[in-house]
Amino acid sequence: MSVTKEVSKIKQTPQSDKIKQKPIVMYEDVHKSFGDVEVLKGINLQIKPGEKLALIGPSGSGKTTIIRMLMTLEEPTEGNIIVGDNNLWKVKKDGEFKRANEKHLRKVRGEIGMVFQHFNLFPHMTILQNCMTGPVQVKKESKASARERSIQMLEKVGLGDKLDNYPNQLSGGQKQRVAMARALVMRPRIMLFDEVTSALDPELVGEVLEVIRDIAQDGEMAMVLVTHEMDFAQEIADRIVFLEDGVIAEEGTPTEVLEQSTNERLQSFLHRFRSSNGN
Amino acid sequence: MNWKWDMFFDAFPFVLQGLGITVALTIACYIFAVVFGFVWTFLKRIPIKSVHWLVSWVMEFIRSTPPLVQLFFIYYALPMVPVIEISLNAFLSAVLGLGLHYSTYIAEVYRSGIESIPKGQWEASTALNFTRRQKWTKIILPQAIPPTIPMLGNYFIIMFKEVPLASTIGVTGILHMANTYGSHHFRYLEALTIVAIIFLVLSYPAAILVRKLEEKMNRRFDKNELLEENKGAVS
Ligand SMILES: Nc1ncnc2c1ncn2[C@@H]1O[C@H](COP(=O)(O)OP(=O)(O)O)[C@@H](O)[C@H]1O
Ligand SMILES: [Mg+2]
Repeated sequence: MSVTKEVSKIKQTPQSDKIKQKPIVMYEDVHKSFGDVEVLKGINLQIKPGEKLALIGPSGSGKTTIIRMLMTLEEPTEGNIIVGDNNLWKVKKDGEFKRANEKHLRKVRGEIGMVFQHFNLFPHMTILQNCMTGPVQVKKESKASARERSIQMLEKVGLGDKLDNYPNQLSGGQKQRVAMARALVMRPRIMLFDEVTSALDPELVGEVLEVIRDIAQDGEMAMVLVTHEMDFAQEIADRIVFLEDGVIAEEGTPTEVLEQSTNERLQSFLHRFRSSNGN
Repeated sequence: MNWKWDMFFDAFPFVLQGLGITVALTIACYIFAVVFGFVWTFLKRIPIKSVHWLVSWVMEFIRSTPPLVQLFFIYYALPMVPVIEISLNAFLSAVLGLGLHYSTYIAEVYRSGIESIPKGQWEASTALNFTRRQKWTKIILPQAIPPTIPMLGNYFIIMFKEVPLASTIGVTGILHMANTYGSHHFRYLEALTIVAIIFLVLSYPAAILVRKLEEKMNRRFDKNELLEENKGAVS
């Protein structure tokens, strides 16, 4: 069976059963250029169902681009991204690979949800409408059921009393929690978080991390966190990937990457990072 | 030349007969322009270079030719163009001519509204897996259009003031009626004054209305900001 072959390819870490499962996402030698500048230079990465992956690295190293390609917001210049049993950006037709059309992309991206650095809530909708619109429009769920689930989700992120407020009446931390509820209510199998706390005032970071911690309890949903919160990454990630200048320079368990690695670039990144944050 | 009140009161009902046509033409031209503006906006967004180039060029051409020339062309010349040979009555020619001309301006209004929507709104709706159509109808247009309403209102007033051009091809609006009256009585002063008064009486309140609308839009935005500030102060 091909499953066992794939499993043997990845770096084995003595962990949970997650490792034994077939990956839900595979990047195969993915390259991405903007104009003449190659920002990703051959990414190979696998994500297991339910796995919590933290993506760290200096600014400009390509972290955002990696997850944006999975959300289909950016198209790889070369290589493959596989989600479940499907190629994301390509379809095989008459033995040849063709560029996927919007219909194919819609089918595959239904598995994926994303939370953005700058929230991107819909300002013309209330908080509740922001959450309901996905299930109602996209999943054709009944309004009553979408409403009920959205309210539950908003209560879960601590905003049950803000249902009828508009986004611009909320603080940054509250907005980001709405954004998480909006993505979660679509029940994705993979959730992407792009530096979701870095646009927030320091005193609001905690409440957002608290919600992510809570979401991470869900063992089924895979999560990819692009983050600068090292302590937080260490706490919730099964695996940490260090990206440097468009290549994966180090990966492993939090302990391996943050404490035991001898990779010099990682060391200097962590050093620079810790000193600039004053801890 | 002296002012004659009896002339004024005599001409008034006669000129006023044209008001229905003037208003109807304004509305018809405006609807044409508002609808066709959308057509331009979407044609221009087709991501094929040659199409984009062609559409931009046609729009530029329409915009930089005088509306009066377009009106004459449609009314007098179009019937003689081989293959096309369409002959429209004066009213429809005016609707097509003025409507088309202003649709290119209104397309710009839409474009600015659409481009003012941050990229993040498109991306968030992609992340929720909306169809292209849903992105437009649920997310982009509901945000892009309301702020353009005052500008669209302004174009309605501009259209109203442009409509007398149609009297040159014989649309019997108020200007045409005034001219007819004038040529019958060999006096234009009172009749044309009436035309001016009618335009003033209708345009001025409309302009005030549009300004009020604009203020209201701005205030709505301010109020939200204020709310946010207050909350900050409380918590
Ligand atoms: N749309 C774009 N056009 C051109 N360059 C881009 C674009 N998006 C990202 N880049 C460049 O790609 C590089 C990687 O960006 P990004 O993935 O955002 O890095 P990170 O998230 O790690 O800070 C940066 O040098 C950035 O300037
Ligand atoms: Mg980034």
